[in-house]
Amino acid sequence: MSLIKIWEFGQMSIFFGTFRRASLALGLLLPGAAMADWELNMPKGVTGISAEVYDLHMLIFLVCVVIAVVVFGAMIYSIFAHRKSLGVQPAKFSHSTKAEIIWTIIPIGILVAMAVPAADTLIRMEDTRNSDLTVKVTGYQWKWHYDYIDEGFGFFSTLDRQSDLARQVGSGIDPSTVDNYLLEVDNPLVVPVGAKVRLLMTANDVIHSWWVPELGGKKDAIPGYVNEFWFQAEEPGIYRGQCAELCGRDHGFMPVVVRVVPEAEYADFIAANAPPKAEVVPASLSAPASEAVIAVPAAAPAPVEWSMDVAMGEGEGLYNAHCGACHQPNGQGLAAAGFPAIAGSAVATGDIAAHIDIGVHGRPGTAMAAFGPQLSDEELAAIITYQRNAWGNGTGDLVTPADIAAAR
Amino acid sequence: MSTATTTHGHEDHGPTGIRRWLTTTNHKDIGTMYLVFSLLMFFVGGAMAMVIRAELFQPGLQLVDPGFFNQMTTMHALVMIFGAVMPAFVGLANWMVPLMVGAPDMALPRLNNWSFWILPFAFTLLLSTLFLPGGAPAGGWTMYPPLVLQTGNAFPFLIFSVHLMGISSIMGAINIIVTIMNMRAPGMTLLKMPLFVWTWLITAYLLILVMPVLAGAVTMLLTDKYFGTSFFLAAGGGDPVMFQHIFWFFGHPEVYIMILPAFGIISEIIPTFSRKPLFGYSSMVYATASIAFLSFIVWAHHMFTVGMPLAGQLFFMFATMLIAVPTGVKVFNWVATMWKGAMTFETPMLFALAFVFLFTIGGFSGLMLAIVPADVQYHDSYFVVAHFHYVLVPGAVFAIMAGVYYWLPKWTGYMYDEKMGKLHFWISAISVNLTFFPMHFVGLAGMPRRIPDYATQFADFNMIASVGAFVFGVSQLLFAWNIYKCARGGKKATAQVWEGAQGLEWTVPSPAPHHTFDTPPVVK
Ligand code: HEC
Ligand SMILES: [Cu+2]
Repeated sequence: MSLIKIWEFGQMSIFFGTFRRASLALGLLLPGAAMADWELNMPKGVTGISAEVYDLHMLIFLVCVVIAVVVFGAMIYSIFAHRKSLGVQPAKFSHSTKAEIIWTIIPIGILVAMAVPAADTLIRMEDTRNSDLTVKVTGYQWKWHYDYIDEGFGFFSTLDRQSDLARQVGSGIDPSTVDNYLLEVDNPLVVPVGAKVRLLMTANDVIHSWWVPELGGKKDAIPGYVNEFWFQAEEPGIYRGQCAELCGRDHGFMPVVVRVVPEAEYADFIAANAPPKAEVVPASLSAPASEAVIAVPAAAPAPVEWSMDVAMGEGEGLYNAHCGACHQPNGQGLAAAGFPAIAGSAVATGDIAAHIDIGVHGRPGTAMAAFGPQLSDEELAAIITYQRNAWGNGTGDLVTPADIAAAR
Repeated sequence: MSTATTTHGHEDHGPTGIRRWLTTTNHKDIGTMYLVFSLLMFFVGGAMAMVIRAELFQPGLQLVDPGFFNQMTTMHALVMIFGAVMPAFVGLANWMVPLMVGAPDMALPRLNNWSFWILPFAFTLLLSTLFLPGGAPAGGWTMYPPLVLQTGNAFPFLIFSVHLMGISSIMGAINIIVTIMNMRAPGMTLLKMPLFVWTWLITAYLLILVMPVLAGAVTMLLTDKYFGTSFFLAAGGGDPVMFQHIFWFFGHPEVYIMILPAFGIISEIIPTFSRKPLFGYSSMVYATASIAFLSFIVWAHHMFTVGMPLAGQLFFMFATMLIAVPTGVKVFNWVATMWKGAMTFETPMLFALAFVFLFTIGGFSGLMLAIVPADVQYHDSYFVVAHFHYVLVPGAVFAIMAGVYYWLPKWTGYMYDEKMGKLHFWISAISVNLTFFPMHFVGLAGMPRRIPDYATQFADFNMIASVGAFVFGVSQLLFAWNIYKCARGGKKATAQVWEGAQGLEWTVPSPAPHHTFDTPPVVK
């Protein structure tokens, strides 16, 4: 691997360095271009595997560059030296068995030399044994759900509100004013540093793919399959990625954010979110959630009495997170994409039972999924109440969690 | 033998005007129709690419809804692959294969007429979905279920147009095989055939083997959607990954279907303008055949992230890496052909040289993509978009353009405008790199493909790519204008056209008369 190291500190930095300067110069010509980050290469990442992958990537890149120099060099020389305008007479040869054997054998040798380290890394990547922690990851259109199966809780992770507002067509919000535009979520996945985290990937509707470059790769989340992926992050930090498999209209808007935190912080996170267990929880762990810890609506019991204000208050945020992508935050839907308006809709202003039914069971064969399995009774009750009263729908109906439970 | 009219004046009793084109069974007429159709689709697909690049010009959604963006990426791919690149190669085969093997026409002329005339219907069907409520298909040209099953009214249109394209391709392929096998001039043994004919022979076999597989896959989609089957639906006991295996069993040979004839064209042009015979003719033939064989055992390298068993991943990695060997042989042979030649640099040669450089860059990124651990990072990112556009645009499309400039004088009887051709070349060659090279960087840095909007750190390279794409798009008008001008008149072309050209097609006058080789030439 010393070859790679030399490469890295030698040509690599010169080449990319020059390119960086050249591209910055070009950037100056482009008004409004954000100058700060010119990412050019694969990140080295923060896991052992991601570093190995990076080394393999640089090695194969180096091999390609060397071959390119030889082949393109010969070609360019020939283009300049063997041209008719110089008065040369064309040679007559049309084959050379020796040359042909040489340029078949040498590439085979190079390929074998590449295949060995690649296979070696691959075998390690596939070894999901002895994990410290397992999280089930479910892809939905268009959000992720993380289940801490050992701890008995889980939550959705959706594009954060700031990005979501800015990304609407013609929103008038400049994306460069939004922190981590399109790469921020409401509730990130939280894992402890140094732990071997095993992710079990599946999907609820269509195929998605969970990708965080700094954690060394991606894995498809496929309905009916449970795929395994693991990483062991060596440094605390926030690592960002996106869904990589086309999954419909908002494929570009389902980021992945992973917070790798110190052990103690992770324990706080679990304590704040896990449902109370039978054993007595140590006082220090049941302390109120700190700023850094994510409050998870799904796990929180409904503490207050169910009322119109509570339902409408919760309903708005939940509606925007779970339904807004299609029916739009303003309730107008997107006729062109086949997403009906909720504002003034016959269903949302008509029979309550029919409205609850479509929320819980969806409409099979359309993009309208069944939300019964995804959301709690309280959440659905809040959303449907919100739909029935917002944007001038004004039915005055209050749907209760019990109504939802009865419709399941 | 001086002009077209005197040689076949007795033929002119057939229908004229539009009916001539509807009913023609002449391989040259049909070749022309294929090529014109392909050019038209190149601009339709190109317009969609312009929409994509305009939306990606800067972060934020300025112009289109994300759903429409997905329709554009899906339709751009379908139109370019099945409407522009494949018909262009079939058109070139129609025109040139009979001329190159000394045959009077294609073996099955009526089938030939039908293979072409299916295409306008297929694409009318496909493009009409843009005007349906719910819009065009938006699930990607790869049509992965379950997503593609969410397509609305456009779904049956998609399936049936794919069926029609498949029928057209299979019929065209049968015709080419039968022509090559049965209609060669006396003395034209298989190993004397020009490489363009060889590559097309092999391509035609690939088409016959894989188009029915695609037809089967999309038919299963159709029954999953409308007839209650669950081939690909997990809820009914089906398997969404099985579709991917079936699709790529078609899809991987398909990418060679789009590049082998390009290899053939380049192998004609480089010797002509190097004034030196092709280096390693027989190893070129064997390399083409090995690439074709390998193309059937590498399909799952498109699916390294679906969770295949380790052994499967290793097998597909090794098999994929192997393809680099015969492909390398081809590139080395082209360079050796140029070596110690006496080169001139007319437009066809310029495009051919750019092809060798830029296709090779696409080959390098292909080799990188074969390395599974690294592919797990590259997969479904813009790195892949850069890779396949390098092999398809400065690869396949440049080869088609090289071929068009090369044979245009033979078709029209006039020389095209060389100055304009060179201008077209230089603008295209520079802008194509401006468009696709930066995509490597954003892909490596983490930008997924098929997204309408992106995080701000990808902004600068996307802007460069968009500028490149607009320039590339506009410069293709030069190409169309040059062809149009050349068809209308210009400097008269000789039969030989190019000083160093070899082969039967250069023994007939320019323009090639309506009927050629009524008595077969004898090849020594
Ligand atoms: C993936 C896009 C999508 C999401 C997300 C979505 N819907 Fe829908 N919704 C649809 C589509 C499509 C229809 C029309 C179904 C049909 O064709 O009958 C629909 C229809 C409806 C209707 C009936 C409207 C009418 O007038 O016919 C209601 C009510 C509804 N959805 C509620 C919800 C709720 C509540 C949520 C969030 C919990 C939600 N939807 C999230 C796509 C979506
Ligand atoms: Cu997704």
